[in-house]
Amino acid sequence: MIESLIPAVSSYAREIDHLITEVAIIVGVWLVAAEALFFYFIIKYRAREGHRADYISGDEPRMRRWLVGPVLLVLVCDLFLIVGALKTWSHIKIDLPPADVVVKVIAQQWAWTFILPGADGKLDTADDIVTVDELHVEVGKTYHFQLESRDVVHCFSVPVFRLKQDAIPGRTITGWFRAISTGTYDIQCAEICGIGHGVMAARIVIDSAPQHAAWINGSSIRNMPTAMLQAGQ
Amino acid sequence: MTQTDHHEMGFWAKYIFSTDHKMIAKQYMFTGLAMALIGGFFSYCFRMQLAFPGMSVPGYGMVSAGEYNALVTNHGTIMIFWVAMPVLLAAFGNFLIPLMVGCDDMVFPRINRLSFQIFFLSTIVLLAAFFVPGGAFGGAWTAYPPLSAKAAYSLTPIGSTMWLLAVALEFVAFLLGGINFITTAMNARAPGMKAFDVPLVIWMIVMASIIFMLSVGPLIAGAIMLLFDQVLGTGFYDPVRGGDPVLWQHMFWFFGHPEVYVVLLPALGITADVMSVFARKKPFGLRLIVYSAMGIGVLSFVVWAHHQFISGIDPRMANIFTITTLLISVPVAEMIFLFMATLYRGSITLATPMLWALAFVAEFMIGGVTGIFLGDNAADIYFHDSYFVLAHFHYTFFPIAIIAVFAGLTFWYPKMFGRMLNETLGKIHFWGTVIPFNFIFIPLFVLGIGGQHRRIYNYQHFTDLSSSSFQDMRVFATIAMLVLLAFQVVFIYNFFSSMKKGLPAGKNPWRSNTLEWTTESPPPHGNFAGAFPTVYRGPYEYSVPDRESDFWPQDEPD
Repeated sequence: MIESLIPAVSSYAREIDHLITEVAIIVGVWLVAAEALFFYFIIKYRAREGHRADYISGDEPRMRRWLVGPVLLVLVCDLFLIVGALKTWSHIKIDLPPADVVVKVIAQQWAWTFILPGADGKLDTADDIVTVDELHVEVGKTYHFQLESRDVVHCFSVPVFRLKQDAIPGRTITGWFRAISTGTYDIQCAEICGIGHGVMAARIVIDSAPQHAAWINGSSIRNMPTAMLQAGQ
Repeated sequence: MTQTDHHEMGFWAKYIFSTDHKMIAKQYMFTGLAMALIGGFFSYCFRMQLAFPGMSVPGYGMVSAGEYNALVTNHGTIMIFWVAMPVLLAAFGNFLIPLMVGCDDMVFPRINRLSFQIFFLSTIVLLAAFFVPGGAFGGAWTAYPPLSAKAAYSLTPIGSTMWLLAVALEFVAFLLGGINFITTAMNARAPGMKAFDVPLVIWMIVMASIIFMLSVGPLIAGAIMLLFDQVLGTGFYDPVRGGDPVLWQHMFWFFGHPEVYVVLLPALGITADVMSVFARKKPFGLRLIVYSAMGIGVLSFVVWAHHQFISGIDPRMANIFTITTLLISVPVAEMIFLFMATLYRGSITLATPMLWALAFVAEFMIGGVTGIFLGDNAADIYFHDSYFVLAHFHYTFFPIAIIAVFAGLTFWYPKMFGRMLNETLGKIHFWGTVIPFNFIFIPLFVLGIGGQHRRIYNYQHFTDLSSSSFQDMRVFATIAMLVLLAFQVVFIYNFFSSMKKGLPAGKNPWRSNTLEWTTESPPPHGNFAGAFPTVYRGPYEYSVPDRESDFWPQDEPD
């Protein structure tokens, strides 16, 4: 349903899509049934000449039974939905798989700064790669991101990953993703952050392992020492 | 007008400084409806910018990024605090409570007048912000700090503070109004009127006032801290100085979610009363409707963090709020079932008020079920702050603040003005509003599912969102909105022309049972011309077997 509008590119994107489909089916059945019955009643019980409404208070035991069933069924559906929600949520937001790579994502009015480990694979070393509004990742690797904000609340949103996490000034929030196919897609700021909110766009470039390695070892113009970046704060 | 006041009042005493609940109701109503036009105009401006980016919007001009933010922020603020609240709670509450419980006025008429005066002041403060240097506040109606706390971030040094002051004044007005609603309904009821002889709309307005009073406290505390951060430079929400921006979010939503039910309950009450009259049938499970509303009210206090699933709260806490949020669907579903069952074996007349009431139920169901996606924390990871959220809450708020308001206005118009609205124009307006409404928001659901995020003045900056098929949907939604706005002219014409030219309504044009229909239309000063009613039965004794008449007014002796 969702993939016809937007590709699913992270390891958990299809899990979320699947969950959304599940919710859609359950509430869809309810909605269609309820609307159908509602319109049926409207048509069936239109006023007719010489015909009166029945006097029904709804307190009759026979009438109550009609109500208790559907309400219990709603409760059962709720419990089913809660189980699905909690399972997927825990998988994505609580139980982080071990990281292959750790990157820093820094939001500020109105740009994204990404700090990736260089060839040594470690952050906070001299060969860290700093990019602005472009995040390069390798397909199939598990990334942890450490999300920070320098000013106001932002929201790191990668729709093709089905990933969203607010960036809160004063906190470092860790999350994860693993891309399952290559391509270049939007990164959004999904929380209003001032007049530049509408242009706070970035791109995520998902490369194959050789392409990504070539990029890491590529032009040193992108390599800005961390110290310089911190001095610039 | 047929009104024969026993003492003539001057213009100022009668229209501006009146303590009469009916006049204060009309003041709230006209202010609220005027604000609806302004809020609608704002949506016209920003939807035009979205459909035709960079074009000069006729009647407005170019919409800059900053102005876009101010327009969406104030559209939301106005539609909730200056339209839904004043019309649903204050206008209907003021007009209906004394009339429906059978007394001459609110218990504290001067507090009532003060309530409107403060509300009117708040309106001026809110709108004046558009004309100060830097312009109006543009940090969304949720006003998250640090953006709302520091001028360096928001770039609206005066506008942010004016917005906050306007909202604070509005809350004061509604606290004062709420005191009156609750006390009047509890203490000034006609002799013989027991709790379940009180019509549902009054029950709902009183419960809404109680929910408002219980939830608004933390937000007022939060707002004062935010005001200090803005003007005194304190650091309540500044992490560098030991503050926490997420604290605001908790206090805002602790109020903000119950607030949804503050406006929903009166809408449900209006709908229940209108459906009962035009189905000639008692609301199915009257007591259950009240108990469901209480259940909704209580649960509404423990669901707030579903607005904050991805805001950096402990992810385990999100699980708890998912459980409470999904469970609130039980009393809401029960309420909807009861409304549907009210139609069962009824005798339904599709007069304009009934069309609005039925449309409320049909459309609100869509708003209700799409909320399940968002209460589901895992699905919300994707949908949070997307157009799916926007479409969802418009499917709840549009039925509440527009459809239910029209149900109430068309139903009680004869009582307010003594004349009937034109039915043909009423039906044209109905279909011209409800059909385009769906055509606006269904494409926005699709855009949300496609990953479109909120509060963006121009989607051309986002490669994946700039496709022509997405842009076509934006244009389609905007055109539907233009159609909807155009049809409001029909209502405005009908509303004002019927005051002079409408058929005289008489006391009880809908053959209704409740007490407001036992007095003149419009009711005289003092409401019941000295002879206050006594209540002998509940408000919904329609189609009682073995009676000649299919209704049985509450004040008619056995």
